[in-house]
Amino acid sequence: MAKQIICENAALGYEGGIVTENLNFTVNSGDYLCILGENGSGKSTLIKALLGLKPQVSGKIEWCDGFKATEIGYLPQQTPVQRDFPASVREIVISGCLSKTGFRPFYNKEEKALAANTMEQLGIADLAKRCYRELSGGQQQRVLLARALCATRKMLLLDEPVTGLDPKAQADLYELIAKLNKEGITIIMVSHDVSALKYADHILHIGKKQLFFGDKDKYLNSKTGKAFLESEEHDDE
Amino acid sequence: MMSEMLSKLQYYFTYPFVRYAVVVGLLIALCSSLLGVTLVLKRFSFIGDGLSHVAFGAMSVAAVVGVTNNMYLILPVTVISAILLLRTGQNTKIKGDAAVAMISVGALAIGYMLMNLFPTSSNISADVCSTLFGSTSILTLKITDVWLCIAMAVIVIAVFIIFYNKIFAVTFDENFSKATGIKADGYNLLIAVITAFIIVLAMNLVGSLLISALIIFPALSAMRLFRSFRGVIICSAIISVVCAAVGIILSILFSTPVGSTIVSADIAVFLVFWLVSAITGRSKS
Ligand SMILES: Nc1ncnc2c1ncn2[C@@H]1O[C@H](COP(=O)(O)OP(=O)(O)OP(=O)(O)O)[C@@H](O)[C@H]1O
Ligand SMILES: [Mg+2]
Repeated sequence: MAKQIICENAALGYEGGIVTENLNFTVNSGDYLCILGENGSGKSTLIKALLGLKPQVSGKIEWCDGFKATEIGYLPQQTPVQRDFPASVREIVISGCLSKTGFRPFYNKEEKALAANTMEQLGIADLAKRCYRELSGGQQQRVLLARALCATRKMLLLDEPVTGLDPKAQADLYELIAKLNKEGITIIMVSHDVSALKYADHILHIGKKQLFFGDKDKYLNSKTGKAFLESEEHDDE
Repeated sequence: MMSEMLSKLQYYFTYPFVRYAVVVGLLIALCSSLLGVTLVLKRFSFIGDGLSHVAFGAMSVAAVVGVTNNMYLILPVTVISAILLLRTGQNTKIKGDAAVAMISVGALAIGYMLMNLFPTSSNISADVCSTLFGSTSILTLKITDVWLCIAMAVIVIAVFIIFYNKIFAVTFDENFSKATGIKADGYNLLIAVITAFIIVLAMNLVGSLLISALIIFPALSAMRLFRSFRGVIICSAIISVVCAAVGIILSILFSTPVGSTIVSADIAVFLVFWLVSAITGRSKS
């Protein structure tokens, strides 16, 4: 298994100070890593660091074996799309191919085909001409997922992808992500809820510093893991 | 009646200044509508107005320090402030509308204070009027203005076509573009530079009032009816050019002020589009 990301003793933060530190973990190709933590523990900040958008304060984050930070497909926690932005589903999905075009001003046949196939794969082909902002939350997430898949087939970073979706749409989206993982795409997903754990094989739990990193089974038997499951069950009541 | 109007038009078109006005008017309408969609979406609708205040501030500084040709100061100052305003992307602490308001009010206040502290003889109120309504009325353009305008239009249209997909991606979701290795800052700067030049140029030719209207109205009208980025861009370009043409022709026929007539045509189209979208229910509020 090829290593894709190695994080050594990294500390993350903003001008105001350190948010989380002592992060040590590796991501191998084909992994399904789930990142857990309370609100404000720095999960989204970690995602930004992995994408190279917000460099770490100290420590090392390495992209290995010719794998580049720009080869990560990304589904943001909240898309800063304005309500009145006119954009069709097709325009958004194909914009994922942009990094492949380089200096070429327009998309070529392969990129158009890639966009069409990806929409087919995610079951949104019939929405292609629709306006993005008139779609349901679940459909919007699928559109952004399709855009991410157009950008890369190596790794997907998802920041709480199911927020705001109804339970059925949540389950569907989790299934879809698991299917993509089986096809060999590395998944790194930030999540709050227990149901996400079902598909993951590795867990990273962060707080002020790293609380746990390792296999899911070990996590479920660890003190942190049990405490997390218990607190989640209380939330549900 | 009809033939009378036609012969009147024909008569006017024998004058070169009328032909110049038509060419410049249409080109500026086309360019500003192309840029207008991105500006409106980036919350910079009022940039034309803000920059005219910056021009006023620069003008009073020029009057105080005694620069003979104040264009040497005004042009670079406005272009630089436009670039500074627009270069920042989605991740700024102060959003576009607030930044424009800040710069424009600040420049106005400082300009006015300077004028009071150091009273000069120059006719500043006439100059202020000219930044609002254009230093040269659109009917007194020279052939060099026309060539300048044609050159700018060719550059804007070429940049817009070549970078169309990049402009879309960067305005739609800057972080995603950056994460996948698009040089978003570079494209923001490119958009900023060409917008700055177009606005400053158009401000001098047709005035900031008209340029503000040309940026806002066609874009907003097109966004009433169209749901894709490409649809909105094409539609707003067509609206803008048609309204400019109709406005110029009507102003010749009925001897009304050119700028206001063009803006009125834009308002009329906006109302029609708004009505249509309300009736067909294609626009959700
Ligand atoms: N742009 C910013 N500037 C300064 N501080 C920030 C910024 N963004 C986030 N923070 C701070 O960093 C900390 C971690 O934020 P982050 O968004 O990474 O949390 P999170 O784990 O994703 O939380 P959530 O579960 O609510 O999404 C928070 O305390 C937050 O206040
Ligand atoms: Mg978060």
